Amino acid sequence: MRFQLTDDQRALRDGVRQLLARRFDGAALRAAVAAAGPGGAVLDRALWRELGAAGFFALRLPEEAGGVGLGLPEAALVFEEAGRALLPGPLIATHLAAGVVPGAATGEVVVAAVDGGLVEWWAQADVVRGEPAEGTGLDGGVREGGVRERGAPDGGAPERGVREGGAPEGFVSEGFVSEGVVPVRSVDPLTPLHRVSGASGRSSGSASPGPAPNPVAVLLTAAEQLGTAARVCELAVQHARTREQFGQPIGAFQAVKHLCADMLVRTEVARPAVYAAAVTAGPADIAAARLLADEAALRNTRDCLQVHGGMGFTWESEVHLHLKRAWVRAQRGGGVTESEEALAAELVD
Amino acid sequence: MDLTYTPEEEEFRARLRQWLGKALPTLPAKPSPDDWPGRRAYDLGWQRMLDDAGYAGVHWDASPTTRLIFLEETERAGAPYVGANFVGLLHAGPTIAAEGTAEQRARWLPPILRGEEVWCQGFSEPDAGSDLAALRTRACRDGDDYVVSGSKIWTSHAEVADWCELLVRTDPSAPKHRGITWLAMPMDAPGVTVRPLRTLAGSAEFAEVFLDEVRVPVANRVGEENDGWRVTMVTLSFERGTAFVGEVVACRRVLGELARTARENGRWDDPVVRRRLGRLNAEFRALWRLTQWNVSEAEANRGVPGVGGSVFKLRYSHARQELYDTAAGVLGPDCLDLDRPWTLDRLSSLSYTIAAGTSQIQRTIVAERILGLPKGR
Ligand SMILES: Cc1cc2nc3c(=O)[nH]c(=O)nc-3n(C[C@H](O)[C@H](O)[C@H](O)COP(=O)(O)OP(=O)(O)OC[C@H]3O[C@@H](n4cnc5c(N)ncnc54)[C@H](O)[C@@H]3O)c2cc1C
Repeated sequence: MRFQLTDDQRALRDGVRQLLARRFDGAALRAAVAAAGPGGAVLDRALWRELGAAGFFALRLPEEAGGVGLGLPEAALVFEEAGRALLPGPLIATHLAAGVVPGAATGEVVVAAVDGGLVEWWAQADVVRGEPAEGTGLDGGVREGGVRERGAPDGGAPERGVREGGAPEGFVSEGFVSEGVVPVRSVDPLTPLHRVSGASGRSSGSASPGPAPNPVAVLLTAAEQLGTAARVCELAVQHARTREQFGQPIGAFQAVKHLCADMLVRTEVARPAVYAAAVTAGPADIAAARLLADEAALRNTRDCLQVHGGMGFTWESEVHLHLKRAWVRAQRGGGVTESEEALAAELVD
Repeated sequence: MDLTYTPEEEEFRARLRQWLGKALPTLPAKPSPDDWPGRRAYDLGWQRMLDDAGYAGVHWDASPTTRLIFLEETERAGAPYVGANFVGLLHAGPTIAAEGTAEQRARWLPPILRGEEVWCQGFSEPDAGSDLAALRTRACRDGDDYVVSGSKIWTSHAEVADWCELLVRTDPSAPKHRGITWLAMPMDAPGVTVRPLRTLAGSAEFAEVFLDEVRVPVANRVGEENDGWRVTMVTLSFERGTAFVGEVVACRRVLGELARTARENGRWDDPVVRRRLGRLNAEFRALWRLTQWNVSEAEANRGVPGVGGSVFKLRYSHARQELYDTAAGVLGPDCLDLDRPWTLDRLSSLSYTIAAGTSQIQRTIVAERILGLPKGR
């Protein structure tokens, strides 16, 4: 047993962190938020292709198929970095589409997916995939007729324009989108959302649980949440070290210290849960990773806000962006209740 | 990241499992919690069985991974807990091994391994708990002896201990961390009085220890005079780093039993109960993965645990309390019945956020030593 990052895994993580620091730093993040008007955020296609070139989407494709040939643990590390950096876009859906949807692996085609009756980045995606049917396993299974292509992906400027209550222009609408696609005023300025009603909608509160969420998507979401949990802990600590009140850094006050300590504990307990789930790909491990990572991201973003005081409540600070993204991700992959129920059932199996 | 075990490790596991299968049925009946001489004999007897089978030193000289397998397998098989051997095996022993002279190691380590001597920990005092360095028990040099006077409190297993790892103040004029010395005190020395204290669980698990001009040979000092705080930090890192590993396995077993009990008594139909059990499953799975992570890290750092033990202890002590609170929910009114095993366990679990450094102290350690936040004024 050597449950630590290998040298290669460390190098991969560092490499991705450097790439994202170069291509999507704090200034780029703020610019993306500023550019997101009422119509929603705009996907940076050039960045998307760069991510494709860096192997972001083809990471787990075999080398024979033009992929990088790495596994889930490496994917978890990469998505943890994406989570840290608040990288926008339907990253997981496109990653899962590599090898299934032509052009996804290279970043030429942007793929979104329906999850729980919601689609992130619907209007800017070239392909939207339906929810995987029961038992499709780890390959992100496409349900028959679940892939809907719109136009020919030319890799150029994104095709915009959502018809009121309908599918995007040129989108072959049938089957699961029969009842229409409705834009949602998304809480996260960098994640445009649409609600999909109809056959495969897993809208919250619906009686039937709908198809089982894709376990890899659940795991990679947990990795993103872990990245957020770690990042906001760092932000809180940085702030606590520099901001002074009563003549000392606020981090010298025990109440603040203990908030920060709890953030670290949540992060460092979620981390091995996420990594182990990536190694085993077992359903119980993935469900556990999901619960721990969601908790770490949701509670840490709150505590980070608290440590920032009034500054944390502003639009200008990046704290709210982490918090809102954590909320968006927590809606993916079925409800928390389902993960808890699955883990309860596992105890008596 | 590799969660598989090497063929040698798997072989160790298989051999151990086979031995446990044969050895455990030969154990005598478990003594009652109030029968201290019986408990001492039982715990030491188990350690001798381990020694005869070649497993006595697994906490010390085996690789961290082998130790993990040992704790996992013994717990799974329902083998006895370290019990009265706790301080000797997991605490004083490792400290003497790391900091003692060759003579000291030869004198004290074999009887610990052999299941012949019991150790206790005399650190806390009535006025020195969390602020351990404020301890006042005085030791004055007199020829080849220290003469020790003062009192210790919360000393677990003091009634049946042969030795006490004792912290004393040797230089009252020095700053508080610099005047402390680590001594090994024989519990049968004249001037040592042990007065048992009853815990809220009803049994006498710990005691007050009064020291009235107790003579402790200078040769029993581990480390230099006034260097005891550094030696203590070595001890505490062992206590916080590895001492609780086996219990995670135990908690996972209890959780399974809890779920089955809930199925039998109908509480399972309550979704709130089920969800709590599911969440605890996630929690203890994560704590097990964290254990594997820490063990692998220790493997890379030659076995010395780091401050990361505080992260584990904080989360674990809370999870264990939540486990038994959930058990109470499953038991319903039966949770008030002291004859149900989980009732006593629930009471005992209340000490987890206090003993070996309170949760508040652990948070401060995490914040200052790991996160680098400034000390307050
Ligand atoms: C079951 C059990 C077994 C034990 N066995 C042993 C043993 O064998 N040998 C031994 O030496 N000791 C032993 N102890 C003692 C244990 O280490 C102490 O109880 C512990 O360190 C706390 O000290 P205290 O009890 O004096 O509490 P205090 O230090 O008085 O703390 C009381 C409360 O104040 C809080 N507090 C104190 N200081 C601070 C601070 N700076 N910041 C924030 N909050 C603070 C604490 O968190 C706690 O909530 C045992 C304790 C228990 C419960």
